[in-house]
Amino acid sequence: MNAVTKIRGPISVLRRSDVDTDQIIPKQFLKRVERSGFGEFLFYDWAKEPGWDLDPNPILVAGRNFGCGSSREHAPWALEDFGFKALVAPSFADIFYSNCTKVGLLPVPLAEEEVEALMGAVEAEIDLEAQVVRFDGREVAFEIDAEIRRRLLNGLDDIGVTLLAADAIEAYERDREREGPVTTL
Amino acid sequence: MSTQSGERAVPASPSSQSLFDKIWRAHEVADSLIYIDLHLVHEVTSPQAFEALRLAGRTVRRPDRTLATADHNVPTDGSRVAAQIADHLSRVQVETLERNCEEFGVPVHSIGAARQGIVHVIGPEMGVTQPGMTIVCGDSHTSTHGAFGALAFGIGTSEVEHVLATQTLQQRKPRSMRILYSGELGYGVSAKDLILGTIGRIGVEGGVGHVIEYAGPPIEALSMEGRMTVCNMTIEGGGRAGMIAPDETTFEWVEGREAAPDPLPLDEWRGLRTDEGAHFDTEVVIDASAISPQVTWGTTPSMVCDVTAAVPEPASEGDERALDYMALEAGTPIQDIHLDRIFIGSCTNSRIGDLREAAELVRGRKVASTLSAMVVPGSQQVAAQAEKEGLDEVFRSAGFDWRSAGCSMCLGMNPDTLAPGERCASTSNRNFEGRQGRGGRTHLVSPKMAAAAAVEGRFVDIREWE
Repeated sequence: MNAVTKIRGPISVLRRSDVDTDQIIPKQFLKRVERSGFGEFLFYDWAKEPGWDLDPNPILVAGRNFGCGSSREHAPWALEDFGFKALVAPSFADIFYSNCTKVGLLPVPLAEEEVEALMGAVEAEIDLEAQVVRFDGREVAFEIDAEIRRRLLNGLDDIGVTLLAADAIEAYERDREREGPVTTL
Repeated sequence: MSTQSGERAVPASPSSQSLFDKIWRAHEVADSLIYIDLHLVHEVTSPQAFEALRLAGRTVRRPDRTLATADHNVPTDGSRVAAQIADHLSRVQVETLERNCEEFGVPVHSIGAARQGIVHVIGPEMGVTQPGMTIVCGDSHTSTHGAFGALAFGIGTSEVEHVLATQTLQQRKPRSMRILYSGELGYGVSAKDLILGTIGRIGVEGGVGHVIEYAGPPIEALSMEGRMTVCNMTIEGGGRAGMIAPDETTFEWVEGREAAPDPLPLDEWRGLRTDEGAHFDTEVVIDASAISPQVTWGTTPSMVCDVTAAVPEPASEGDERALDYMALEAGTPIQDIHLDRIFIGSCTNSRIGDLREAAELVRGRKVASTLSAMVVPGSQQVAAQAEKEGLDEVFRSAGFDWRSAGCSMCLGMNPDTLAPGERCASTSNRNFEGRQGRGGRTHLVSPKMAAAAAVEGRFVDIREWE
């Protein structure tokens, strides 16, 4: 994963709430066994609606509960492949939020009125180090878990980080692991 | 969000822990690193994870705690091997799963196997889903397994790779919520109505960041199938996981299954309960007696109402968009909505108990000539049991199409889909735009409601239906 520090540039606005991952990347595109190339299918059905206009800017600003529904990581893959580097919304669905942080697509929750204000801006800068969004001469703080922030800032590989605790995993398996079930019957 | 831990009151003493607290503590390997007892795998969200392991030269740490099946892509036409799958991409995905499992030593029940089926149906059925466990799968409906008093939730493909490699997951402890039901479910009202009614009350965002424990007499009265239906749809209310304390109903269900312990560790399992006075970050109380059979009218599961109601006036832009997509007008009685298709199946409602309930209502009747109806058992074992009981004949002679096991029309990744504009009463879990096929219109209901709708060609209140 590439390190994430500052994301700066024009914003795209998707003024809809409860955008589910089925809309972000419809099921027919989940059949691929590769991880790349999903961007061209982003919002596949919505993109056919008259008046649809979503540019591949660095920042996407959307309505609340963004990314609800299916756990498909193909959704963040598609958003990232399309060109987005950060997402701003009043709230995100849990699995989607986690998936974004795993692929270096920065999810930024802001209060509803701040999101509304940001939608009216032309561009913005998201500073992960300082944990703020700057736009229209203002600076708005956002929350992010300290450990997730550290991994994003340093572009750390999660598995690599966990394997630093390999001794603890072995100790758990030796001393505390519950019995069965054995799937390899 | 689960990532924002927020203030959490620490239980006053070890004697006042919730079921969730107990399971979490028992699985903490280190701070925010939890051990996973069971990892379920399917063909859609795993290929990139296996590929990444291969590229990094990593292995699967615990194949004996990993179980795979093919479900999303499999056609339900009785195909016995992957080579029979006509769709090229689907075939490649199933074959890739088979190859990956062979290479990494993961047990797999692929298409044609006696144990093949929807991943959330076969886990409990084999007895690998057990009380007190942590269970993950690259699928949001993993919450289903919480019905056994397990902590079970969906993860993305990067996390699938992480669990394959380390058998652990980096995870901040989510907040906790208890939904306490009072009263009792009325005649004709099922677990599906209970959870749809609950989502209608708390909203699709109501559970975000929370692990939800469902409790109270109406939950205790549910069968295991009913409990699985409730926990399954936790994600539709935004919840991280849903869980129900195990009891005699649970133990009886697990006992004797092929992967179940013998004898059952009942002393331990009986301790898997929320202690008096345990803290929850959020508590919700719902009167189950007030819940009627439910029908969704829009494009999120919280856009739901009583079967006796009418399509509501839109209260937001989202509602207007939903009504437009669903081609419905506010004020239309739900029972005036006519249907083109009926789908009984999915990880929400495809177990033997669900099929028995639906069969009971269609026995000796005929599917309306204006629609087509299908039943898709959740697993080959469910299909075999149903056939042993003659349920397949009940459905067939009523005019239903009796299919073989898979996710089928819940998500349309296989040949079972809605055509644009078709309107379907479905026992599945999501009524999102295009979920069952582009332009398809989905109304979520219980198996009984779907069965009655199949006969009448429109929704009916099964409490008054003869």
